[in-house]
Amino acid sequence: MAVTRTPSRITTGVAGGIGTSAPRPDGALKVTGEFAYSSDLWAEDMLWGFTLRSPHAHAEIRSIDTTGALRVPGVHAVLTHEDLPAKTHYGLEIADQPVLAIGRVRFHGEPVALVAADHPETARRAAERIRVEYVELEPIVDEATATAPDAAVLHPGRTDRHSRHVPHPNIVHRQPIRRGDVAAARAAADVVVRGDYEVGMQDQAFLGPESGLAVPAEDGGVDLYIATQWLHVDRDQLAPVLGLPPEKVRLTLSGVGGAFGAREDLSMQAHACLLALRTGRPVKIVYSREESFFGHVHRHPAKLSYEHGATRDGRLLYVAARIVLDGGAYASSTPAVVGNAASLGVGPYEVDNVEVEAVGLYTNNPPCGAMRGFGAVQACFAYESQMDRLAAELGMDPVELRRRNAVSQGSVMPTGQVIDAPAPVAELLRRVKEMPLPPERPWLPGAVVGDGGPDGGAGAVDVRALPGGLSNTTHGEGVVRGVGYAVGIKNVGFSEGFDDYSTARVRLEMIGGEPVAMVHTAMAEVGQGGVTVHGQIVRTELGVERVTIHPADTRVGSAGSTSASRQTYMTGGAVKLACEAVRAEVLRLGRERLGGTSPLWGTDDTGLFLEGGKVVTAEGRPLASLAEVLGSDAIDLTREHHHRRTEPFDLRTGQGFGHVQYSFCAHRAVVEVDTELGLVKVVEMAAAQDVGRALNPKSVEGQIHGGTAQGLGLAVMEEILVSDEGRVRNPSFTDYLIPTFLDMPPMRVEILELADPHAPYGLRGVGEAPTLSSTPAVVAAIRAATGRALTRVPVRPEHILGL
Amino acid sequence: MRVSFTVNGRRLEADDVWEGESLLYVLRERLGLPGAKNACEQGECGSCTVRLDGVPVCACLVAAGQAQDRAVETVEGLGTASGLSPVQRAFVDAGAVQCGFCTPGLLVAVDELLERVPRPSDADVREALSGNLCRCTGYEKILEAVRLAAGGPDAPGAAAGPAAGEAGGAPAGEAG
Repeated sequence: MAVTRTPSRITTGVAGGIGTSAPRPDGALKVTGEFAYSSDLWAEDMLWGFTLRSPHAHAEIRSIDTTGALRVPGVHAVLTHEDLPAKTHYGLEIADQPVLAIGRVRFHGEPVALVAADHPETARRAAERIRVEYVELEPIVDEATATAPDAAVLHPGRTDRHSRHVPHPNIVHRQPIRRGDVAAARAAADVVVRGDYEVGMQDQAFLGPESGLAVPAEDGGVDLYIATQWLHVDRDQLAPVLGLPPEKVRLTLSGVGGAFGAREDLSMQAHACLLALRTGRPVKIVYSREESFFGHVHRHPAKLSYEHGATRDGRLLYVAARIVLDGGAYASSTPAVVGNAASLGVGPYEVDNVEVEAVGLYTNNPPCGAMRGFGAVQACFAYESQMDRLAAELGMDPVELRRRNAVSQGSVMPTGQVIDAPAPVAELLRRVKEMPLPPERPWLPGAVVGDGGPDGGAGAVDVRALPGGLSNTTHGEGVVRGVGYAVGIKNVGFSEGFDDYSTARVRLEMIGGEPVAMVHTAMAEVGQGGVTVHGQIVRTELGVERVTIHPADTRVGSAGSTSASRQTYMTGGAVKLACEAVRAEVLRLGRERLGGTSPLWGTDDTGLFLEGGKVVTAEGRPLASLAEVLGSDAIDLTREHHHRRTEPFDLRTGQGFGHVQYSFCAHRAVVEVDTELGLVKVVEMAAAQDVGRALNPKSVEGQIHGGTAQGLGLAVMEEILVSDEGRVRNPSFTDYLIPTFLDMPPMRVEILELADPHAPYGLRGVGEAPTLSSTPAVVAAIRAATGRALTRVPVRPEHILGL
Repeated sequence: MRVSFTVNGRRLEADDVWEGESLLYVLRERLGLPGAKNACEQGECGSCTVRLDGVPVCACLVAAGQAQDRAVETVEGLGTASGLSPVQRAFVDAGAVQCGFCTPGLLVAVDELLERVPRPSDADVREALSGNLCRCTGYEKILEAVRLAAGGPDAPGAAAGPAAGEAGGAPAGEAG
């Protein structure tokens, strides 16, 4: 059957290799509305799927009666766990999550049953007729209730690899980091500061809802068109659930409307495939915004206790910390998040004596997993708040305190890992500190405040720039300005011994008399601009202008996940390797076919390059055109890129070469606070980041802007509110607020390019680091303006007012 | 019911429309115009912004029947991949498109803003677009795109943002 609006092939005719701000190859499609996002897919005879979800956070399921739903005209299938053909559970690290609830629900919104119908409204109404008998159970909501002596065990019979090392079965994973002698250092410290911090549950809030189209195939398999971050790991989890061999589960990436970690776990993938296989018809599922809040994992909310000891001159002697991350009902990627929070928990600072412990909990709260920053965000808020507290205690400038302790190349991390690439933390701090500050605004006294309209009068202050904006809550009285700084450290790529790799296939051939290169990978383009960079790499390596990006699918090897800031490093690296192999083959063919025409062809490919569609010598002398070398042949080669091996952290001491690469970003925030109402207006954000090598400077800036916005959101507005019963109270964009155009201030960005000797082109993953430090920088600025301690994010008006 | 209205200058009819269907659903699922996006379906994010008799509205909040005999303009009416409108071109050139899901709604809103206020101040732009959420860009490059579209590449302030890269650059790719 015909599937229309499948993902489009992207062709570019652009000059522009690495280091240029080449425009996106999918840009024109995206601005005309022609780009097919996963919710835009359509197929003939398509049905609509709908998911019935649990209204309770913790309950026993006594019975499910689907007869009422099956009687609704237009309904084609209703499925419960009894209809699952094979494996019933899935998961990224631990297969603990049921495809459809079996006997028990563990979080509010857990999928219980599925309906396929000929109209989405029919499916929704039919689902309302499914009768589920629940017996509510006491919910586990935090560490105390999870580890209480009589606590219900959420996953009895655990056999995963972490279960042997945790003190209680409701703890998913625990990672201590021990280095030096904290007790001795504590005795020697001139100054000690302690603090307890809390980070609320943030949502990725990508705009394109979870959606996809499953099409049953004639061979008994299924084709799934899907917005995801990692096609192959989706397939690895799907095939056992569907009871199909992996080759019969074919996935093609459709347009992805943002991801930020939330598409790492399965959402509707298995559900749509099960309904399609049952009905024999294509099935599309599109989540509503409310369902999206239930359908993906969130950022782990955290409670963090820190103690820092230092000498009088501001040298850190020790850090002791405990980080408790709420993983919610299922493990998702909690073990890796715990590893990150622990190993990056001290921040980008040299400290000889460290005792950190991070734990991840099972509770009946919404499941938490990957989100941009991945465990490093929560720790950064706490250690940067501590650095400000310590600076205040020492009477020292907070930036100076950070610079005195900043790591640099050669520093030893608390895990014992030596940083073997540039780590310009002090320089990044210097840069944000020295950027010019936005001019003071003449709010008071006697300033003329207008609405910014044409009648505002000369010299009038635009009320839109005030906290509260056009709500007209202040004309400047009680408004004070504050400036705050922060810096963070994030790992790039998958850590702790994971054999992380990516695959790329590059094909070079003559089409219409012109050399054309095609890149085929399974990389998920989620907006980050990987497709742009792939074209740039090919143009650089093969010297051809025309590059076609093949749609990402499972017909080529895995590209790994679009996460951990790893795709340019990993899949970009694979594209580079494949190009190098293609180039070697071009030169071999050239020697074989044309070697007699010039001695410059030599006996190997040293000294020859591909440029402008030609083979040229180091001096730029053309030897032959690609047309002469290739003729009608195509060169089509596939290569894998593995990064250097890491090792797991020791489960007792946390020592180990755990991370591939570190990235750093520093922020300065300027805020104005209405101290009478507790309203905050962020006036400006400034950031400095080392990216190793900016393959596409404009995209790099875009990532820093976007990451900063998410950090600002966590600082002042974003939080999923969960009731004491474990119910989500704000699953909508009316009640879960993300920054608007009015919330985001102008930004200054400075980019450093200190090459990492271990990375392709010297690049450093960019996407995540800017989400770390923007949150503590904004909070530090609010503290500077108000004098309040502010130990919890998001900061709310009542915290500023001390209510 | 049958709904007859004008979409991007063409008279169109949608049959068998259920009374509860939104204009957004009819455009996307019945007329094959998926440019207006479905992100919140309660008028909070602006991804489905279209113009109804010239006025920007969230198509998710308009009942399909309300569009009877009226004129609707969607992103599909602004330009094509081979002939981008100045606003579309500016978004591509400024790097204002990342995942792009918010882009169609933003483009319709910007198009209307520039028609009403040809040279908007930054504050005007922020105010006018504050109903269109973007989760990827941090809005900085969108502001740059609007400046670019309002004044062209030579306009004062067109590339004056503290983080401005070079505006313009090579032409965008085409669909193949």
